[in-house]
Amino acid sequence: MSEITMNSNAREDSLVLDIRNLTIHYVMEDATVEAVNGIDIQLEKGKILGIVGETGAGKTSVCLSILNLIPDPPGVIKSGEIYINGKNILTASPKEMNRIRGKEVAMIFQDPMSSLNPVLTVGDQIAEAIKIHAHCSDHEAWDRAEKMLEMVGIPKERMAEYPHQFSGGMKQRVVIAIALSCSPALLLADEPTTALDVTIQAQILNMMERLKGQLNTSMLFVTHDLGIVAEICDEVAVMYAGRIIERGTLVDVFNHTKHPYTEGLFNSLPNIEDRKSELKPIPGLMPDPTKLPAGCAFAPRCPYARPECIDTPQTERSFSDTHRVMCSAYNDPSFKIEREEID
Amino acid sequence: MKKGNSAIDPAQVRRRSQLAEIWRNFRKNKGAMIGLILIIIIITIGATVSFWIDYDKIVAMNIRERLQPPSAEHWFGTDEMGRDLFWRVLYGTRYSIAVGFVAVMVSLAIGIPVGAVAGYFGGKIENLIMRGADIFAAVPGVLMAMVIVAILGANVFNLMLAIGIAAVPGFIRTTRAAVLTVKNEEYIEAIRALGKSEPYIIARHVLPNCLSPIIVRVTLRIAGAIISASSLSFLGLGIEAPLPEWGALLNGGNKFVMTHPYLTIFPGLAIMITVLAFNLVGDGLRDAMDPKLKR
Repeated sequence: MSEITMNSNAREDSLVLDIRNLTIHYVMEDATVEAVNGIDIQLEKGKILGIVGETGAGKTSVCLSILNLIPDPPGVIKSGEIYINGKNILTASPKEMNRIRGKEVAMIFQDPMSSLNPVLTVGDQIAEAIKIHAHCSDHEAWDRAEKMLEMVGIPKERMAEYPHQFSGGMKQRVVIAIALSCSPALLLADEPTTALDVTIQAQILNMMERLKGQLNTSMLFVTHDLGIVAEICDEVAVMYAGRIIERGTLVDVFNHTKHPYTEGLFNSLPNIEDRKSELKPIPGLMPDPTKLPAGCAFAPRCPYARPECIDTPQTERSFSDTHRVMCSAYNDPSFKIEREEID
Repeated sequence: MKKGNSAIDPAQVRRRSQLAEIWRNFRKNKGAMIGLILIIIIITIGATVSFWIDYDKIVAMNIRERLQPPSAEHWFGTDEMGRDLFWRVLYGTRYSIAVGFVAVMVSLAIGIPVGAVAGYFGGKIENLIMRGADIFAAVPGVLMAMVIVAILGANVFNLMLAIGIAAVPGFIRTTRAAVLTVKNEEYIEAIRALGKSEPYIIARHVLPNCLSPIIVRVTLRIAGAIISASSLSFLGLGIEAPLPEWGALLNGGNKFVMTHPYLTIFPGLAIMITVLAFNLVGDGLRDAMDPKLKR
């Protein structure tokens, strides 16, 4: 018994991020948007977790809550705890929170075009990020900023240029350099490549992977692109209507897909080997987040939906140590989805 | 500066290049360039006039030459005390320019911080500030300035203060409006995600992005302040005779407007040209700094 407790303690210690039962609502006068509904995320040191989901699934809300930056009002964190390196940030004072932001958790925003200040030089902005947490002289911060810029593959001669003199991909590199400038333990990447074209996407992804190797940063990678997930993530969590409906290692989710929604996501991708086959998009739209159904939120769009799916809340079940799925259909032991398992 | 190891700081060069871009746009605007040249001349006169004109010459009476029309000896004629109007108008530049600049500094010093707080924090604070500014702005500026001067007493310093305070609501509004658009930009959220305090974010990241509407308002407001100062002096509430402020000169010439109109025409022209010059520059700056107008 004592050995087991020790083991679980060791696992807890290696957790960079531990989110428990997090619920975020946006309370407006006439409606309440249930953006995130009781999710759990655990992320170990040096791992990359991909969060996949449609627009409005609550991915960005999760990221912002980890920095305690949910706009309030209207955002309210209804329940849950968020631990970063064992510290509960939801009870931290504003001062403590400012120490955590940037130093322990940094975020890369979706749109590189608008996440740099247009009136400050790129070098000033990187040096500023360094100076916030490392108490060093201007000169030293500038030298370190030059190193960061070269690390993301931009010559240091461009330190003195303004963001408008950079292309989109280079701006995103600068944004990444800023985010990594204080070697955070956790990096939140909110669709960092969505606004870029594919060739630049690949460069940025390679670079992020390389930097992760160098700095041993954990990463939460939010995206709606399954290809990117396959490229760089160790673990995957699929979000739908504020819940994680399937999670596991990359192999679990990609090769042993269990949830009908995840299957639907894969079916919506074009297949280059069989160009004649029709794309099978998931019919319908995500439910109105102000009026989520009592049962499974995906049931109205689900080809396998059974009557009990509509009104009974789903429970999570495990298929292996790492693979967990939220789907009531598996109450029937003979239930299987169409997508074949790949070994 | 920051790097120290190179003789020429590339950051400074680039900074200049951004200014150079505004300058290039500004230079294309002929009216604005004329305005700028006029302003340079007017400011030079205002700044140096006390060194090359003896103050005694401005105030000394010479009854024998009173109320002479413009001539080669007295370009703008003489007033009822026999003082040369040309020199008096020239000397008056000093007061008008000083009033214009100091009054706008007063408006800026109050308007920018208050407007920034209202725009950035929003909610109840914003409501309180903006409704206060609305009430304040409901009273015409000159009237407001008159009340303030009447309370504080009529002298040059109080005049500047009063005109400055009367223009504060406009600066609060301009700053707030600019802050409102900037504070929702993603780069502000990004800097918050790096863990900086709110006052720092406002001062270093929000306000520098709000400068162009404020700069434009400053140039236009300098013109307004000069007019206000002249109006108040004309009404006897500002700078009083024998100090040759332009409004006071107008006031002095008022009695003779039917018989000796040049006594009002020349100070009036001085006010008109100065105000026009600042307005031209203000308009030119607005166009030069508007990125949407870039060709």
